[in-house]
Amino acid sequence: MITLNINGQATRVDVAPDTPLLWVLRDTLQLTGTKFGCGMALCGACTVHLDGQPIRSCTTPVSVAVGHKITTIEGVETQKVAQVVQEAWKRLDVVQCGYCQSGQIMSAVALLTGNRKPTDADIDAAMAGNICRCATYVRIRAAIHEAAAALA
Amino acid sequence: MNTRIENDSRRRFLQGIAGLSLAFCLPESGAATGPGLPPDASATALRFEPNAFVRIGTDNVVTVISKHIEMGQGTYTGIATIVAEELDASWAQVRVEGAPADAKRYANTLWGPFQGTGGSSAMANCWMQMRQAGAAARAMLVSAAAKQWQVPASEITVNDGVIRHAASGRSGSFGDFVQAAAAESVPADIQLKDPKDFKLVGKRAPRKDSAEKVNGRAIYTQDIHLPGMLTAVVAHPPRFGAKVKSVDASKARAIKGVVEVVRIPSGVAVLARDTWSAKKGRDALRITWDDSSAFRLGSEQILARYHELAKQPGAVAHRSGDTDAAFASAAKVLSASYDFPFLAHAAMEPLNCVVRLGQGECEIWNGEQMQTGDQMAVAALLGIPVEQVKINMLYAGGSFGRRGSKDADYVREAVTIAQAIKGRAPVKLVWLREDDMKAGYYRPVFHHRIEAALDAHGNATAWRHRLVGQSILAGSPFAGMVQNGIDPVSVEGAANLPYAIPARLVDLHTPTDIGVPVHWWRSVGSTHTAYSTETFIDELAAQAGKDPVAYRLELLKDHPRHSAVLRLAANKAGWGTPLPAAPGERRARGVAVHESFGTFVAEVAEITLQADGSLRVDRVVCGVDCGVPINPDVIRAQVEGSVGYALSAALHGAITLKDGVVEQSNFHDYAPIRITEMPRVEVHLIASQEKPTGIGEPAVPPLAPAVANAIAAATGKRLRDLPFDTTQLKA
Repeated sequence: MITLNINGQATRVDVAPDTPLLWVLRDTLQLTGTKFGCGMALCGACTVHLDGQPIRSCTTPVSVAVGHKITTIEGVETQKVAQVVQEAWKRLDVVQCGYCQSGQIMSAVALLTGNRKPTDADIDAAMAGNICRCATYVRIRAAIHEAAAALA
Repeated sequence: MNTRIENDSRRRFLQGIAGLSLAFCLPESGAATGPGLPPDASATALRFEPNAFVRIGTDNVVTVISKHIEMGQGTYTGIATIVAEELDASWAQVRVEGAPADAKRYANTLWGPFQGTGGSSAMANCWMQMRQAGAAARAMLVSAAAKQWQVPASEITVNDGVIRHAASGRSGSFGDFVQAAAAESVPADIQLKDPKDFKLVGKRAPRKDSAEKVNGRAIYTQDIHLPGMLTAVVAHPPRFGAKVKSVDASKARAIKGVVEVVRIPSGVAVLARDTWSAKKGRDALRITWDDSSAFRLGSEQILARYHELAKQPGAVAHRSGDTDAAFASAAKVLSASYDFPFLAHAAMEPLNCVVRLGQGECEIWNGEQMQTGDQMAVAALLGIPVEQVKINMLYAGGSFGRRGSKDADYVREAVTIAQAIKGRAPVKLVWLREDDMKAGYYRPVFHHRIEAALDAHGNATAWRHRLVGQSILAGSPFAGMVQNGIDPVSVEGAANLPYAIPARLVDLHTPTDIGVPVHWWRSVGSTHTAYSTETFIDELAAQAGKDPVAYRLELLKDHPRHSAVLRLAANKAGWGTPLPAAPGERRARGVAVHESFGTFVAEVAEITLQADGSLRVDRVVCGVDCGVPINPDVIRAQVEGSVGYALSAALHGAITLKDGVVEQSNFHDYAPIRITEMPRVEVHLIASQEKPTGIGEPAVPPLAPAVANAIAAATGKRLRDLPFDTTQLKA
């Protein structure tokens, strides 16, 4: 048994220690907001926070997450920054298919938590790991700027 | 596919709804359930269901039933807008639910008795049908209110979800009249609104799927978890057409969580309690493949064959005027040839499908794009009636055509696995990214050759266009559209070239010995025909010493909608004004215009080239005419996204084969653009009064030729093959 701290709750799971955190979240705990996209940390659909830092859960063995605070899309909305980001996303209708957007939002929340006035270059640096095949990038950029303005 | 089967007469619609029950009350389904999920049986209320597309509960919730999948393109919002417009509902009271698979009620009216989504046809085929559905429901509510209030129906108004009789000061909600309206008969003559009275159509209505897609609660196939379900990961052969010779599954079976290993026609499936165990099991299989009937050519060999074929005449797709005479008397002949690679759709959600087999029936959960085709294929596989194949249509995490499988490939694979374990457990088939990338169903490789005859003044007198590539429609439910050796989607955008050139010949070779499965890919034939035609017309303009926009407009005199979007994009882009460039940079604009699926799009691309040849697309300005713009903001979003999707293909997109083996596997070697490469996109719409057409695809085709034409303007180099080889662009 492994004990994880997920969205503020101590959670016990019976999985092999090398299992990627992604599959523990999705298959064991049915926290399916975190998505599987590539399995190689290339697309960012699986982004969650480990002690507030964005990580790719598809290549993070669950053993690495023990003792750290894991935050997923299901738990992030208790944070003010996340609420503001989600509101901006809705106001601008960023989403299309939506599949990558949990990961996009987790990356955007991490960016804005550490940097309340990101430049376009900051946004590029923080968001370049998240692929969107619908190419909603124009609106992702606009929504981050809008969320930053709302947080100021 | 551009082909339409017009079949949406009002009479037929009325016949259709007359057959449905009109006056019954049943438990309302829970409004909080996601698309395709079982209703929450605890939430019970009366409801009014005037037709197959609208349901109104006593809770005043209007549920619009969408026969088309929401895969990002905004259909749920578009269909709800049309219904709510005629119903005069409040946008806030409207929710959307995916329809079940049932071609009798939910056919795509442009496709005959066949349910499915594709060819940018959702708005086009829903427009009149959904207006009538909303208007019929409204008339029945009004009639019920008139009876209860004992006032003439003609004195009742409906606005923003409120039914009102001004003279008596009475008002009520839809929910108040659900029970009475259910007893009303469907009106024989449905009055539709005058478009000048539209309140929702043409305005911004927030997307219906935004809220649940920003908090992770939207349900995709990947998220379905049924009790006792097993997850299947499949080892597919490395070469198309190969079979399993032998398999040693002992190591796979030893992995914790692995439950079964089964051989299926498409490979070997490992079933496990969870995805990770299934993947580990799959990777531990020791398989010997039988390559005796496998396809073993590489991409270069395929193209070499196509180049040979292009030396001979093909099947004629279009002939007008006397091309031979024009070429014989030409002052000059210009020619160019083009190569296009295989492309994977590479949607963010890799393919997957959930199947539960029962006694004489089967239930499927899928990001379902081709209901009737999938139902028929599964029914044939299981030997059960089509109606016994129940399909729950979920959100799809993108598709770009892939989920509208032309032969139900991955759905059949899921059912075959469930069959192999005799239906003992529900099965979720999961393709990992590598499976999704390597398993074929690509935009086919194409080779084009175009020649133009010019007279002494540089005017084009004749145009010969030869195309070589596999048929997409062959082996699909639409195979009957292939006539006289012409697959219409191979030549769409080429056979119907709009430019006024006196003599034109378009012919086609369709190789049948290339064993790579090919498929419709966002904008289908126009993915390649727009590129060759719009870059070649640009060469003709340059040859004639004319401005590319002015030259096109001269030849588009009989095509006002092409001309209008071209003018719009050019004006908004500042065509003809200088582009400031930093020292060492080369900057330029390029333009392209193309019609696909009845929609007209022109794009002006602004680019910057560095001395080392690196290319950046800075800004793309688009002029769009898709008929009445139902949801302008959704249209803008589709155009923005199409620019990005097309740019990925133009800059990086290529699936290549070596000895029959696909060389790419994941996003590191099949690289979509990231936010860093995304240009600014400006979208300008024509305020059209024409019937709505589609917008999911038509903004893809003009992008690559617009960028290529900008490159030519900056460098004089014509890039004729995709993706761009920027090593040629060094200063």
